[in-house]
Amino acid sequence: MNNGAIIHIRDLRKVYHTGKVSVEALRGVNLEVPKGEFLSVVGPSGSGKSTLFHIVGGLTPPTSGEVVVGGINVADVSDAKRTELRRTQVSFVFQKFNLLPNLSARDNIRTALHIAGRPMDHFEKDLRDVLELLGIASRLDHRPSEMSGGEQQRVAIARALATKPAILLADEPTGNLDSANSLAVLNLLRDLNKRIGQTILMITHNAEAADFGDRIVHMRDGQIVEIPAAA
Amino acid sequence: MRTLLSVLLIGVPVMLILTLVGVSQGFMQDSRQRTRGVGADIIVRPSNSSFTSGGTSSIPEGYVAKLAEVPHVKQAIGVATALAGKLFNAIIGIDYPAFQQMSGGFTFIEGDAAHVFQQPGDLVVDTSYAAEQHPKLHVGSRLQILNRTWRVTGVVETGKLGHVFASLPDLQKYTGTEGKISQIYLKLDTPANTDAVLADLKNRLPEYSIFSVQEWIDLTSVDQIPAVGIFVNVIIGIGIFTGLFVVSLSMYMAVLQRTREIGILKSLGATKGFVMSLILCEAGFMGIGGTIAGIALSFGSRAALLQFVPASLPQAIVPEWWPKVLLIALGSALLGALYPGMIAVRQDPIEALSYE
Repeated sequence: MNNGAIIHIRDLRKVYHTGKVSVEALRGVNLEVPKGEFLSVVGPSGSGKSTLFHIVGGLTPPTSGEVVVGGINVADVSDAKRTELRRTQVSFVFQKFNLLPNLSARDNIRTALHIAGRPMDHFEKDLRDVLELLGIASRLDHRPSEMSGGEQQRVAIARALATKPAILLADEPTGNLDSANSLAVLNLLRDLNKRIGQTILMITHNAEAADFGDRIVHMRDGQIVEIPAAA
Repeated sequence: MRTLLSVLLIGVPVMLILTLVGVSQGFMQDSRQRTRGVGADIIVRPSNSSFTSGGTSSIPEGYVAKLAEVPHVKQAIGVATALAGKLFNAIIGIDYPAFQQMSGGFTFIEGDAAHVFQQPGDLVVDTSYAAEQHPKLHVGSRLQILNRTWRVTGVVETGKLGHVFASLPDLQKYTGTEGKISQIYLKLDTPANTDAVLADLKNRLPEYSIFSVQEWIDLTSVDQIPAVGIFVNVIIGIGIFTGLFVVSLSMYMAVLQRTREIGILKSLGATKGFVMSLILCEAGFMGIGGTIAGIALSFGSRAALLQFVPASLPQAIVPEWWPKVLLIALGSALLGALYPGMIAVRQDPIEALSYE
């Protein structure tokens, strides 16, 4: 494992079995992501980028290979340990926002804190800079259905950052947004990366969005086909 | 809406349990109140008489006068009982002047003491019984009991001996039990002599069941009627099964509806225990809500019974059973939520997150 790499992936393979059919989603992926990097992973549908995202996030185990995230090799650990990884090391931002619909923005954030076992009482004070940067400080009492897509995504980013994760995983974070909101969210991610050194791994098929990353990795047919050296 | 419906569905068996227990206890409370209302200290009954009926008319009427001669007995009255054919109601034959002397007499709502039992077929009914009939009974109303048309000559406050009264000789003659009575009530010079008189009477009349009124009232409990206990247990079983089924179905639906939300929680790092605790917590609230709904519904069933059958099925409100039904509803709700909870905790977070 390289020094300073917060994500270390070696010969990662993932095979899905559907009935008698086996689909090889990842075919020997190798990747190093240094701490504090904003990495964009681009590729067409079926290229394996979402599978890579799910494995790095501990949502599914790899079939083989080595995947060390925040010091935990997700290939060797139990389901409970991967749950702990999601609770302590990584946070997700999804294309469809995935906020809990019956809760206010504040309670969505508090839920993440509660699950992570973090204190909830002063989260607004603790997250003041982030909430102001995201521009949602005045929208915390609103439910997702009362907010625009851009606002929902910013709440999702606030929720993801509330637990102070080592890695922020963003899966097509602008996929459901118009161009203005997309630009705003991408700028936010960029700002968060620059201001607080947040490590971000963003999956996208949008080349313009990918340009916001420090580095762009291209995937096709379950493999990384183009990988610039880390800065 | 689903949760509210589930709460109501859990509330129904809770109400059934509370209503059944309430009717059992209400019936006994009513019986105790009416026994106290006689004003006697000792009851003499045939040894083979059943607990819920007034007993068969098998005691020679001459015993009334003989027992009145026993030391410390101030007054003795004999009553005859004939089942009125509807639920537990019976016509009680009384010698009204003697009954009046022992009990203080009826409180008349309609009619008066001077005009009751003047002719064969005259009846006095209490307000509960009068309200239970359709149309409601008033002085002058006629009603058919024991294949005879009776005429109501008085409507009195409930709480003394029975719900329907006839003149003792008239009832004896009509039922072919002249010279026989079913119970004798004794009033003593002082209640302090009850134990001594009881002992004396048991020596004199070993073939009869003799109780102090307090003993009799103590015996008047649901525990004395085994069938009621079995029936209550059957209803509790139905309640548990219904609660379990309702909650299981409801929570299964909830898990399906919330697949994506469960996926979100798992992506946030929620453990299996956390997800299960949410499911059980909701089921627990359903159980508590169902109990509250059931308790509220039991007040409704009481009002309905009071409206339609106040004399036959008096329902008591039984707060001492509220913790029991809470445990029953909670237990069945939590048990019913286990399987849907297992489904929820086993959900694959990726599939759950892509669920539409």
